[in-house]
Amino acid sequence: MSIASEQATKGGTALSFENLSVSFETEFADVHAVKGLSLEVYPGEVVALVGESGSGKSVTSTAAIGLLPPNAYITGKALVGGVNVVGMPESKLRKMRATDIAMVFQEPMTALNPVLTIERQLTESLELHGLAYGKDATARAIELLEMVGIPEPRKRIKQYPHQFSGGQRQRIVIAMAISCDPKVIIADEPTTALDVTVQAEILDLLRELKDKLNTGILLITHNMGVVADLADRVAVMFRGSLVETGTVDQVLNHPEHPYTQKLLASVPRLAVMDVTDTWVPEPADVVDPDRKLVLEARNLVLEYDMRGSKFRAVDDVSFELGRGEILGIVGESGSGKSTVAKAVLGLLPVASGVLAVQGTNLAALRPKAARAIRAKIGVIFQDPAASLNPRFPIGDCITEPMVVHKVGNRASRTKRAQELLDAVHLPRTVMNRYPHELSGGQRQRICIARALTLDPELLIADEPTSALDVSVQAAVLEMIQELQESYEFACLFVSHDLAVVDLLAHNVVVMKDGKSVEQGRVTDVLHSPQHDYTRRLLAAAPVPEPGEQAERREARRLLMAMENPDS
Amino acid sequence: MSGVKDNEELRGPHNMKSDIEPGEQQLVSLVEVEDAELARKQGESRSQGQLVRRRFFNHKAAMISTVVLVFITLMAFTSIGFAGIPGWWGKSYMMSGTVINGGAPTMSLLPSWLGGSGLAIGEHPFGQDNTGKDYFALVMRGTQKSIIIAVTVGAVATVIGAIVGALAGYFRGWVDEVLMRMTDLFIVIPLLVLAAVLGQMAGSKLGGSIFALALVLGLLTWTGLARLVRGEILSLREREYVAAAQAMGSKTSRVIFKHLLPNTIGVIVVNATFAIAGAILLETSLSFLGFGVVAPESSLGLLISQYQNAFTNRPWLFWWPGMIIVAIALSVNFLGDGLRDAFDPRQTKKTRRRKKTEEGQA
Repeated sequence: MSIASEQATKGGTALSFENLSVSFETEFADVHAVKGLSLEVYPGEVVALVGESGSGKSVTSTAAIGLLPPNAYITGKALVGGVNVVGMPESKLRKMRATDIAMVFQEPMTALNPVLTIERQLTESLELHGLAYGKDATARAIELLEMVGIPEPRKRIKQYPHQFSGGQRQRIVIAMAISCDPKVIIADEPTTALDVTVQAEILDLLRELKDKLNTGILLITHNMGVVADLADRVAVMFRGSLVETGTVDQVLNHPEHPYTQKLLASVPRLAVMDVTDTWVPEPADVVDPDRKLVLEARNLVLEYDMRGSKFRAVDDVSFELGRGEILGIVGESGSGKSTVAKAVLGLLPVASGVLAVQGTNLAALRPKAARAIRAKIGVIFQDPAASLNPRFPIGDCITEPMVVHKVGNRASRTKRAQELLDAVHLPRTVMNRYPHELSGGQRQRICIARALTLDPELLIADEPTSALDVSVQAAVLEMIQELQESYEFACLFVSHDLAVVDLLAHNVVVMKDGKSVEQGRVTDVLHSPQHDYTRRLLAAAPVPEPGEQAERREARRLLMAMENPDS
Repeated sequence: MSGVKDNEELRGPHNMKSDIEPGEQQLVSLVEVEDAELARKQGESRSQGQLVRRRFFNHKAAMISTVVLVFITLMAFTSIGFAGIPGWWGKSYMMSGTVINGGAPTMSLLPSWLGGSGLAIGEHPFGQDNTGKDYFALVMRGTQKSIIIAVTVGAVATVIGAIVGALAGYFRGWVDEVLMRMTDLFIVIPLLVLAAVLGQMAGSKLGGSIFALALVLGLLTWTGLARLVRGEILSLREREYVAAAQAMGSKTSRVIFKHLLPNTIGVIVVNATFAIAGAILLETSLSFLGFGVVAPESSLGLLISQYQNAFTNRPWLFWWPGMIIVAIALSVNFLGDGLRDAFDPRQTKKTRRRKKTEEGQA
């Protein structure tokens, strides 16, 4: 299924799979995770392996580095620089790691050992593989840090991981990966845990390094924007098989397999940002005299108690949310966007200012009255794996709000649960199933059903789709929209993904470091941003179209150059 | 050994297990595939409890232990009767008689064709003590008491430990401080000394009832479980379903008893079994030292203590209660092991799987 690449004539591959199959023996049945996969990665080339959860993309890469769990049964070949690593004894394989094949992990927070200095961790693989010792190793480590763009490497090499930011930590992980000059680097979702502006920087770094070092990179990702930005060739996996391979232009712009077509169609896209200042805003809507405010925040301040000292997470934020509207709150991690949602849910006290649900100020309520008002608020959280109690059958999960607020009897509760299951397009038979029997997307739909049980006036959605696959995300977003039209609730939609907010919300608040930097109608804010930060955010979000993404990359570079002319 | 981890284990393969059946229209969207699978899924839905039970029943050592334990319990309670109900064994543990054949056991398990005297129980299968009391009846009586004490201690310690741990873990702050310092206080005082003194006091006040002793022991041994449950709750309370329950307006008691404690059931059940095993040994030590059960009541520890001098010339007086203590404590421990493996399946079956992989590669 592989396509002939122009590099094929130049000789050996950095990494190649020949008819690789992996199955796992589990308690119930054998799970066939990868079915006869063949793929080549040549030196100096980035091959993106894309697919949704359960497609087998991570299993494939883990097989190459020999880290699959002992219940895996592997057949076929995985060649690293021409050497088959399937079935290779552990001691030999260990020698190949770092020198022939290296890995960049998803979570830079946990990929570094918190009790060792960066120096110790960087020199470790050099010394293990006998490439450099002592002062030489340190010198090489400093060189590596410089290469990945850590400022003042000589000083900072003595520091510990927690003294670096997330993006810097990912840079250090990349430095570790390239320390022994591997033939191939496996980058397993290297930017998924990072904010978009940091993601753009890491992608730039990876692009720069592969040109400099002539390493092959196997990029595993679910983000089509990242693929368009970095990859030369793309391989699409679906349920353990390759369904399509080709150059990035072929696959992203002219997909042939129906799965790829559908996948690309479900990626939400940002409308083109206008930077020419010719944008004429639509005339402001006439304020509807019947507009009922469901949620209102005035000069809202929220604080976390950090062992005595107060940390101000949200500072002086005001917004209004009327019936039947969707308000998006966007921002990067640490911007305080989720904190606002927490306060509305009563999980965090209001420090000062007003936070009112249908005119009732939450801050001034007694606990009992505050509990009663919760009946009007539904919530969907980010992680569908954690937001349902594993010991409750689905039916009980959905009707729990009715039990808590003592609404209805057994029969009416069952009836309500059935109605809601129909509304989220799940069979009624799942009532008696348990959360672990459902997939992430299905569980998230159960969460939506639970949020709507009491016909809430207000729905709080805290990053409801960021843990889901793109196609599942599309289905869930569509469902929220559909239900919002029929149930007419107001929705506070917290997200880091600008494209999703663009698709769904009417109004938007852009937050940074606890402050609102820009707010207004989505059409105004996201299509003709006035604030630099919003512009930077928009420019950093990659789009799944290689040509356009190249232009955006250039535009972003200009934007950055304009902002810091001295660098 | 948390319930959380095994959820992840169970959750894993579901997305992957998806061979499209022949003849079915090929689906190209993950959502459709998942929904089709769900619709196709037939048969009983298995709850977490059922999954755990299934794994437990497949655990050989635990199942053998369960059989042994049930056998010992049944023997103890039916043979000499309990709470006024007469048993099938005619002799009483109080009744003395003439010592026959130096009180040697009459039970023989060696068949006659192997040189033994054939399979026979005889008049006094476990022998007689120096006043001619039937030793089988005495040992069974002791076993009854030991089991009652162990189960009561286990129950009391588990309830207190789980509640203290849950409150400390859920509320944190000063509640946690107070409860945990109290726990520390109980831990630093030598258990045996405290149990001896308090057991003696409770025994004299309540007329030597073994329940008083059991209650006191339970009040002293909950500390380990409280710490474990607290740790578990601390991590569980950050889960989103807890936040969802709070956001729904659930009362604190509902969050703790409906959402948090049931999810620590793994830790609780496993530790309850170990608490029972510990309680049997603690009671035995106390009775041996003379601070626990007192004559004319009987317990396994008391029997050993009474007949420790008989070890050289009439060893059966020592061996029978000793063996039963070991049998109960061992099987309860194995039971706990089985439960732990059932709740955390990732600890088992590693060796078998590795072997298969190697064969496959060769």
